[in-house]
Amino acid sequence: MPLDVRVATSMAEAAGILTADQRTKLLSGGTLMMRDVNEGRLLDGTLLRITDPAYRQMNTSGARIELGAGVTMAMVSNNRDLAFLHAAARSIGGPAIRQMATIGGNLFAQTPYGDFAVALLALDAQVMVQSGYGSARSMPLDEFLGARERGVSGLVAGVQFSKPQNAADFRFRKVSRVKPKGIAVMSIAAHLPNTGGRISQARVAYGAMAPTAVRARGVERALEGKALDAASIQAAKAAALEGTRPATDAIASEWYRREVLPVHLGRLLTGEGR
Amino acid sequence: MAKVPVQFRLNGSDRAAFIDAADNLLMTLRRGLNEFAPKYGCGQGTCGVCTVLIDGEPQLSCLTLAVACEGRHVETASGMAEGPNLHPLQVAFMDNFAAQCGFCTPGMLMAARALLDRNPKPSREEVIEAIAGNICRCTGYEPIINAILAAAGAGDQKRA
Repeated sequence: MPLDVRVATSMAEAAGILTADQRTKLLSGGTLMMRDVNEGRLLDGTLLRITDPAYRQMNTSGARIELGAGVTMAMVSNNRDLAFLHAAARSIGGPAIRQMATIGGNLFAQTPYGDFAVALLALDAQVMVQSGYGSARSMPLDEFLGARERGVSGLVAGVQFSKPQNAADFRFRKVSRVKPKGIAVMSIAAHLPNTGGRISQARVAYGAMAPTAVRARGVERALEGKALDAASIQAAKAAALEGTRPATDAIASEWYRREVLPVHLGRLLTGEGR
Repeated sequence: MAKVPVQFRLNGSDRAAFIDAADNLLMTLRRGLNEFAPKYGCGQGTCGVCTVLIDGEPQLSCLTLAVACEGRHVETASGMAEGPNLHPLQVAFMDNFAAQCGFCTPGMLMAARALLDRNPKPSREEVIEAIAGNICRCTGYEPIINAILAAAGAGDQKRA
C-alpha cells in the first residue's frame, strides 16, 4: 500500500488523527519527511498536511511570544519583533529551505541539525503538544527533547517563550566549515539577562554536542550572579564540556567538537567575530 | 492506489496531472508535465538544482508535495524568456561564463531571480547569501556571482 496523503483543516482534527494512528506522519515543511520519502525510508502509511491558519500563526508583539509550529524560518527572518532570532533562523539552510523549514520540524531534526531548537532551548521555550481532540498542554522544551527520543504522541502545535528584555542579552552562534550555509560542527545559544550588572537566570544551550540539543548547566552555574567579564568567561569555558556527548560524523569528530567548544563558547560570550 | 489530480499554473499556463498522492513536485514536473528545467540532484534539499518559485518564493521541488501546489503558481527557468528574448539573468549568465556543465544553472537562475525580484540592487554579500543553497561543482561560484550582479546592473540600464 503506497503512501497516502490526508489533509486536516483544524489543529484538533490533526491532533486526533496523529494520536489515533501511529502510521500517520505529520508533513510540516517537508524538509525532513520528504527526504525519507525520496530515499525510500517512508514507503507506506499516511502523510498529514495541516491547512489550519493557526498552525502558522505568530503572536510577537507582546512580552510573551507565541509561534505556531508551522511558522517557517523565512517568516521568523522577516519579522522585526523577532530580530533577536534572525541569526538562528538564517543559520538554517539556504533561502529555499528557509521558505519551507518550520519551527515544529526543527524540534524533530536529528543532530547535527536542529539549530533553531538550540535557540529556543536557551529561551526556556515551552512546547505546546496537543493530543487527541483536547486542548494543548505545555511542556518545557528540554523535557520535550527527552521525550522525543521515546516518541511523542499527538501534535506539536507551537512554542511559547518570553521575549528577552534586551535583545543584546541573547546570543547565537553556529559553527560550520562552509559559509554561509553549512551543517553545524556545533551551535551555541545563550540568554544572559543582566540585572544590575550581574547575570541572572543564565541559559546556555548547545546543538550537535549531544544526541539532542542540551542545556549547558555547568556554564549556566559558572555565569549565574556574575558580571560577564574575563574571570566569569574563563570559568564558563572551564565548565563548557559538562553534560556533553558529541558524536563523530561527516562534519567533525567527537574529539574535535570537544576541543573547540570552549573556544567558540568564549567567542560567543565575549562577542567576538569568527 | 488510485491517482489523484493536481492542477496549478506553470509558467503562466494552467496545467494538470494525475499523480500518486505522495509524489513530489519535481517528479510531477518532469514525468507528468515534461518540464525538464528543474533537475534531480540529491533529493535531500542540499544541492538546490530543483529550485523553483512557488507564488514567487524559492522552494525545493524535490521536497515539496505536489498536491500542496494545488491552485498555486509554479515558475521554472523555462518560463524566464519571453519568446526569443532571454531574461537579463540568462544573458548575464552567458556573458559571464556562469554555466559550465549547466546542471546547476536552472536552480541558480531561479534562486537569483527570487533575489532580484525582491531586491533589484543586491550587494555581493546578498548575492552570495541568495545562492547559498545552490551547489555548483564547476565554476567556483565567482562567475555566477558576477553574472547576478551584472544582471542587476543591466536592470539599472534598462530602467534608465
